[in-house]
Amino acid sequence: MTAPRYVYAIGRAFDPTDLAGLVGVDGAEVHRIAHRDLAAVVSAAPSDEAALRARLERLDELAVVAEAHHTVVAAVAAGAVVVPFRLATIYRDEHRVREVLRQRYDEFATLLERLAGTAEIGVKLYVDDRSPALATPSTSGRSYLQQLSQRHRRRDEKWQHAAAAVERVNTALGECALDRSRHRPQPAQLSGAAGHNVLNAAYLVLTGRVTEFTELARQLALAEPTLRIEVTGPWAPYSFTEPGDRS
Amino acid sequence: MTRDISQRSVALIDVLDRLLEGGVVLTGDLTLAIADVDLVRISLRALICPVEADREDATDTGRRP
Repeated sequence: MTAPRYVYAIGRAFDPTDLAGLVGVDGAEVHRIAHRDLAAVVSAAPSDEAALRARLERLDELAVVAEAHHTVVAAVAAGAVVVPFRLATIYRDEHRVREVLRQRYDEFATLLERLAGTAEIGVKLYVDDRSPALATPSTSGRSYLQQLSQRHRRRDEKWQHAAAAVERVNTALGECALDRSRHRPQPAQLSGAAGHNVLNAAYLVLTGRVTEFTELARQLALAEPTLRIEVTGPWAPYSFTEPGDRS
Repeated sequence: MTRDISQRSVALIDVLDRLLEGGVVLTGDLTLAIADVDLVRISLRALICPVEADREDATDTGRRP
């Protein structure tokens, strides 16, 4: 009988009691599958692939599954070094999970070594994208056009300044991080955030320097009047799971 | 400070950035067609945009008509 397993993350073999009471997707109990000093964090997976796929295309269901995945990863990451998996990675049974651990042992061991003692911090920078209002009510068509062209020029300048400011912040933060990674800027329609998201980055930081890094990010942004900053995390190192030495 | 940010409720979009674009990508035995993040974002947008129809001129690229 096959019992499909949903994989959340792989970590160094941690105390199985750390998983006690933890539930994952669809409320399934989380447990570990160990191989040597590695352990996969798994739960019983929904067995109907088509149904799960259909669910992930609906925002409300996607949110539920993502939240469950994230909760499990965050809980395990709080006490152990983990390599998080992408959403909805499912294997036929426990045997297959163990096989993956065996086959990719070196890869996971290297990643875990690199990620030990680190956390991911998210930094989003926004520029106010509202156009400045026309200064005075225009009295003629000509002065209206002049104001309009002035407004366009000011907007172009504002974007250039903002781009330079983003680079300054990103460079300074990069120097204080072990690694960095960029996500796509978030569309305002999805995030609901005010302003235009011009940087959506993640930085890998030593756990002991998270507070310092967060404070630095805020200070850097304060020095840039064109930018608004949002800091998130600490996260499990989702954005740093690419093997470093492979293309 | 750290406690302050970790206590904030985590925004779904930040979770999705990481769960759909980050994390180890292995081809499991059941391969779900969610690798195409754009598809997901499009369907999210389709769900959200009707609610905010008044903002539909602000496109992803930041260009305005």
